[in-house]
Amino acid sequence: MDGSSDPNAPRKAWLSLLARSAPADVARLWAAAGLAPAHDVLRAPEIGAVMVRGRAGAVGAPFNLGEMTVTRTTVALTGGIVGHGYVQGRDKAHATHAALIDALMQTDAATQVEAAILAPLRSAADARRDTRAKRAAATKVDFFTVARGED
Amino acid sequence: MAQTTLAGGFTDPPQDAAQAFRGIMQAMARPGQIETVGGVQPPASLSVAAATLLLTLCDPDTGLHLAGGCDTPAVRGWITFHTGAPLVAATDATFVLGAWDDINLSVLPIGTPEYPDRSATVIVEVPDLAHTGATLRGPGIKDSATLHLPAITAFQHNAALFPLGLDFFFTSGAALAALPRSTKVT
Repeated sequence: MDGSSDPNAPRKAWLSLLARSAPADVARLWAAAGLAPAHDVLRAPEIGAVMVRGRAGAVGAPFNLGEMTVTRTTVALTGGIVGHGYVQGRDKAHATHAALIDALMQTDAATQVEAAILAPLRSAADARRDTRAKRAAATKVDFFTVARGED
Repeated sequence: MAQTTLAGGFTDPPQDAAQAFRGIMQAMARPGQIETVGGVQPPASLSVAAATLLLTLCDPDTGLHLAGGCDTPAVRGWITFHTGAPLVAATDATFVLGAWDDINLSVLPIGTPEYPDRSATVIVEVPDLAHTGATLRGPGIKDSATLHLPAITAFQHNAALFPLGLDFFFTSGAALAALPRSTKVT
């Protein structure tokens, strides 16, 4: 299971990106993109908790890691395309933006949204990960044994 | 996925669900009494009262079985979106929804002597509800009440199983009435 045959993989990828991005970044890019599609709210933004589960080493038995706060909402564009927004944290505007972006990504506006919003978010996420990896790498200790040469 | 399959849930879920729950509780506490509930616009094959019941009582921990004509993709999608309830076989169901002729009562869980609450609640879609026909007696009823029921012997057998057994809701349009296992039907 490498996920490459999953037909929903692209959608999972952009929903995951939107969920993890900073609310301020999403709001700024959404305003800059100048998109204001007419839509109905199917599920008003609501805040809840989800249990995050993990596997030790990604192969062990699943265990409950802890709860995290999640905000979710669902919108439908006038054409009937449904978009879901599930984001971390308590920012309801963030969830609404994510749902609208999810809906627009299923329409002809996908390329425009991808370029104006998702690409900058993706590079911001990459930069965050790099910074963190560099900070962690700076603290890395290499253990090695010096041959004593007695024999 | 068309929009119509998902639209029509509670507009203000905490408030609407609390009001609906009050109506449902009142109906169950007074068997035979007809209550009106609402607040949702369900897909075509569901009545307003049945949809309100499901949205109020179902959650990801309650298995729901859709019998016969209620088991359409539109209804499945709508219930999954609004409640998250898993759709299960009749033998594992906590809630069962369908027309009277589509529901096989003999396979539904009636609870165990240790846990009589582990039984199914059956939501029966009926053409109309009226205070005619069968006479009801038992807890929650002063003297007696009357309610039009789709059958009589099935409910007498169910009452004989007490404290095990099934609980019933009857829904028609926005009206609902209840028949718990404690009620004697004649």
